[in-house]
Amino acid sequence: MLDIAWVIPLIPAASFFLILLFGKRMPFKGAEIGIFALGLCFAMAVVTNVQWFQRVDDAEHAAHATSGAEATDEHAASDAATTEHATESHADAEGDEATESPSSAAEEHDEGGAAAEGGAAVEESHAGDDAHESDGGEDDHAEAGGAGGGHTEFEVEPVRESITWWSSGGIDFSVGMLLDGPAVMMLFVVTLISLLVHIYSTDYVGGDRRYTHYFAFLSLFSASMLGLIMSENTLQLLTCWELVGLCSFALIGHWWEEKPNSDAALKAFITNRVGDVGLICGVIVLFFGAGQTFDIVTINEMAVSGEISHLVLLVGACSLLAAVMSKSGQFILHTWLPDAMAGPTPVSALIHAATMVVAGIFMVGRLYPVFFQGLSIGVSGVNLLAVIGGVTVIGGAGLAFVQTDIKKVLAYSTVSQLGYMAMALGVGAWTAAFFHLFTHAMFKAGLFLGSGSVAHSVHSFDMKEHMGGMKRFMPKTYWTFVISTGALIGLFPLACFWSKDEILAGAEQLGTGYTAFLVVGLIGAFMTAAYMTRCVYLTFHGEPRGHAADAAHPPHESGPRIVVPLYILSGMAVLAGFTNLPNTGALDFVPDSWALRFEHFYEPKGEYFPSVLDTFSHPEFNIGIAIGSTIIGLLGIGLAAAWYFRGLGPHGLTERNKVARAGHRVLVEKYYLDRLYTDIIVGAVKGPIAKAAYWFNQKGIDGVINGAGTAAVRGGQFVYDKIDQGVVDTIVNGSGAAAEGSGQGLRQMQTGRVQQYAALLFAGAAILAGIFIIVI
Amino acid sequence: MENNDFLTDWGISLMVFLPLAGALIMMLLPKAEEAAHKVVAVGASLASAAVGIALLADFDYDNAEKLQFVVDRSWIDVISSRYLVGIDGLSVPLIALTLLITPLVIIYSWNHFPAPHNPKAFLILILVLHTGMLGTFVAQDLILFFVFFEVVLLPMYFMIGVWGGEQRQYAAIKFFLYTLFGSALMIVSFLAVFFVTGGDSFSMVELARGVAERNAAGDLAMSTQVLIFGGMFMGFGIKVPMFPFHTWLPDAHTQAPTQGSVILAAVLLKLGTYGFIRVALPILPEAAVEWAPYIGLLAVIGIIYGALGCLAQTDMKRLIAFSSVAHMGFVMLGIATLTDFGLNAAVFGMVAHGLITGMLFFVAGSIKERFHTLEIKRLGGLLLQAPKLGWILGFTTMASLGLPGLAGFWGEFPAILSAYNPGADLSEELFRVYMVVAAIGTVLAAGYLLWLFQRTAFGTPNDEFADEHIHDVHGSEWLAWLPMLLLVLVLGVYPDLIFQVTDPAMDALGHTFATLGD
Repeated sequence: MLDIAWVIPLIPAASFFLILLFGKRMPFKGAEIGIFALGLCFAMAVVTNVQWFQRVDDAEHAAHATSGAEATDEHAASDAATTEHATESHADAEGDEATESPSSAAEEHDEGGAAAEGGAAVEESHAGDDAHESDGGEDDHAEAGGAGGGHTEFEVEPVRESITWWSSGGIDFSVGMLLDGPAVMMLFVVTLISLLVHIYSTDYVGGDRRYTHYFAFLSLFSASMLGLIMSENTLQLLTCWELVGLCSFALIGHWWEEKPNSDAALKAFITNRVGDVGLICGVIVLFFGAGQTFDIVTINEMAVSGEISHLVLLVGACSLLAAVMSKSGQFILHTWLPDAMAGPTPVSALIHAATMVVAGIFMVGRLYPVFFQGLSIGVSGVNLLAVIGGVTVIGGAGLAFVQTDIKKVLAYSTVSQLGYMAMALGVGAWTAAFFHLFTHAMFKAGLFLGSGSVAHSVHSFDMKEHMGGMKRFMPKTYWTFVISTGALIGLFPLACFWSKDEILAGAEQLGTGYTAFLVVGLIGAFMTAAYMTRCVYLTFHGEPRGHAADAAHPPHESGPRIVVPLYILSGMAVLAGFTNLPNTGALDFVPDSWALRFEHFYEPKGEYFPSVLDTFSHPEFNIGIAIGSTIIGLLGIGLAAAWYFRGLGPHGLTERNKVARAGHRVLVEKYYLDRLYTDIIVGAVKGPIAKAAYWFNQKGIDGVINGAGTAAVRGGQFVYDKIDQGVVDTIVNGSGAAAEGSGQGLRQMQTGRVQQYAALLFAGAAILAGIFIIVI
Repeated sequence: MENNDFLTDWGISLMVFLPLAGALIMMLLPKAEEAAHKVVAVGASLASAAVGIALLADFDYDNAEKLQFVVDRSWIDVISSRYLVGIDGLSVPLIALTLLITPLVIIYSWNHFPAPHNPKAFLILILVLHTGMLGTFVAQDLILFFVFFEVVLLPMYFMIGVWGGEQRQYAAIKFFLYTLFGSALMIVSFLAVFFVTGGDSFSMVELARGVAERNAAGDLAMSTQVLIFGGMFMGFGIKVPMFPFHTWLPDAHTQAPTQGSVILAAVLLKLGTYGFIRVALPILPEAAVEWAPYIGLLAVIGIIYGALGCLAQTDMKRLIAFSSVAHMGFVMLGIATLTDFGLNAAVFGMVAHGLITGMLFFVAGSIKERFHTLEIKRLGGLLLQAPKLGWILGFTTMASLGLPGLAGFWGEFPAILSAYNPGADLSEELFRVYMVVAAIGTVLAAGYLLWLFQRTAFGTPNDEFADEHIHDVHGSEWLAWLPMLLLVLVLGVYPDLIFQVTDPAMDALGHTFATLGD
């Protein structure tokens, strides 16, 4: 399965074309094709995960079996390497077919392992839809990760397959698959959430006029996203990166009859294009830096070993950061993300919360050596990535306070949480960032789908106008929403408690003086707790308002196709955190076979990851931070609850106090960034600058051209009047008839400007030819 | 692999002159028999395409850098000009493009003849154009090349001048004179090259060898070469068109009938870029190195300037015309890098731009036919009234803005990439600035294209058209468009179809520049 995991993105790609061609004629308008395709993908993703765990454990066993140090590592590496080498060279030689029939040795190796225990694990995970990560691996690897609390040193070769894609300048470029920890993890996340969103959508957008198109684009998105996470080279990454952007564009603008929706779609696409300038430049810089290759593993290895100069890595990393800022909603290119909420809610959950927007984070993690070395993450106290992340944590959370649209609260919350991930990567806590990405995908998708469930009932997203008291109408939605909220706030023992804590511990322990980011993280935690409490209060508590209070059409609980995905996701919100239980500090009683499973299985292990460097390390559990952040979270909840539930505090402050009013205004205006972009920058380019360029075109360049034409005609007139008629005629006065004939001819020519121009041009050319001849 | 004998002797000539033969037959047919004219026109273009396909099938792709099917016959002995034709990896994609576009244009014309109708004259002009375009791509003798290059001028002049829009006279004359001006300088340069190499031959290969020999001997002044290159630059640069010689293009496109616009965008503009790669660079490599920084500069100015021009437009067709200036800027940037990588990208960019912009003009023509206007602010809601047409427009816009997975990307990205590391000791700093500017151009491209799409296709129809019945895509439109749309997708997914053909030829040229200093 590992060798043929590249089939997974092709399934939804096929589904896209099938839905486009036949969707409208199917009984369920094409939805069934998409659901079937994603169901298949999910099943394959689960199997892939299980087999990947097997592979990691095998590599570890091999490393432990002969605990004689280097000899073992070499053996393990070469063992895996030969297998890989066989399949790879095979693929190179034979192209397409080769990947379909990988060398039998590799297949036996993997399939055999899977058959032994994979089946059971798969069934289990289907039944319980919980964190199979830990379950799948734990069975017979109790002794795994014995020494060093999971920080054992062994290498796991990623699974790679590739075929030639294109060639230029005598170099063959490949397209293929790079399957390792992060890719496998993302496979699970993307297929699970995409599947749930598909199911949810059959109810949510049921009866929509473009129902079939909607599912077609969901399929295309899934294909592109899966292709992105498995990309084996940066160009393939760039391709998929743009394709997910296209799907995002199409789905944000799904209801394009209304201009605000298509405006939001355009804004998303164009803002991302701005970031793509950085992506294009970064990819190119790294291409030449690594000796003309797009291959991610090669680039990473060369970055780790220092074969690429620091300057190149710095430039490359900074260029790529622009792309991260736009795709992953980091300040100051985050402005498209809240507007993207114009799309259908399931799309917001899938694309703009769980998967596509983390592509930037994923890319940083994928090319982590480039960032780690380029930005000197391991040895510096501050760097661009961490700063951008930190600013985004606070900036996004601040804006979430003043939103009245429930989806926008969640959107800014997403911005803020993505900031945590970027910050974690910035301080060197790779696993913490990806762990947070994992947990966040689950509970944030749950929150979005929950908000959609509410909106489905009251036909509005406005918390202040049309919600309130929804708890009594929609108890199932309410409880799943509250659980996911708890997970987001980071209450013990829900998902985010563990992942956020690891980020905070990373800020405290890694590098040299990232403690400022610990403070940022704690402030962010406080704000998160407060704005989510506000959101829950406005939506579910208090008295019903607007549509929610409409006695003729009282709100009602949503149907099973909406509620069941909510159950599953809130279940994950509870369990996801346990996939990376620490076993250090106060938690050293956690058995090794339970601890740090996420890090164990999903963190890349090899020369293409900075973990081989001295400057790279993992944070340890700090009970102080854990308790501190919990207290701060509770404080946030408490204060917000006092304000909203009890009506305590200085209400109406913004009306009375100038400073408060100004602050509130800045938040409502979104720090005036939209003004700057839309009105000033875009306005200037589209308006005065474009008009000036066009004026120059018409008056400047064309003025010269037309002027030359007019001058030529005048010159012709002059030649005719003065020289031809004046001088020549007097000379040839005798031959009157002939003169009249030629005059006639010239007069005729003059009526057609073409001939005049042409004659003059040829005369000019002749003069130039003369100059040429003289010069030569 | 040996090429087939019959094809070697006659293949290229048949392919080039079959359309002309068709045109001659049509001249004999009475004007009233429109159906017969259509059949002959399609037949001639398809016959030419069939021979072309046989040639391409027999082409030895492993030696794509070598000229194949070469025919060398005496022609104008008095000036040592010969009928010398042949094709290599550079010609193949462009010939394929031409062979595809012309029949599709004729099929599209079936029921779409613009006023003042007259299919006979219209189709004859298209066939003559076809011969001229194909001839340019196969000619290996400079005089022959020049003749074919100029042959295309007249049919296009009449097409714009007779079947064009309201300001057709101005546009046609502007087009004609602009290009003629360039051609005049170009022929002077051709003659100059001929004389400095001893006046023995107009064969491009011989001329290149002659210049190289004189350079090796050190008795050809660089200033002379630079000047000669300048003449060619004017001839080809105006055709491309490069900033600031592009102002004929928006007028010509806006006024030309749909068919004229399509051919103009799809093939005619490529004559210029092709000329750079086929004629100017190989014959005068050292002068090319001198010129490259300036060509690159004009190219990136064109990218930004063309995009800004687009943003200022209110007419859909004029907007597409300006987008050509920007897109051809990427092609010229690729050429200016003087690397095999950049040249490959340039050839790919030519084909991609031909298909995509040709398609955009087709769609614009069909919109004009339905709404009788192309004013952007009067349009809207196309996706509601004619959803298929709207989706085709959307697909083509995405291709045009360089979305990976569609053809446009493979002209843009490798061109930008090649600018990072230009060949022949060109200034890296300078070209890296060009690289960033070109990359910024992609943002503007997304801006104007999506803005166009939003205002024409999204939203609801304008009140004046709200109750009108708008016919969705016709049968003849499907027939003409499907091959292009499919190719845009296929080339986008598997670009090696073109790259592997051009790479050997461009590799050889790139090698010339790489070893220039040695």
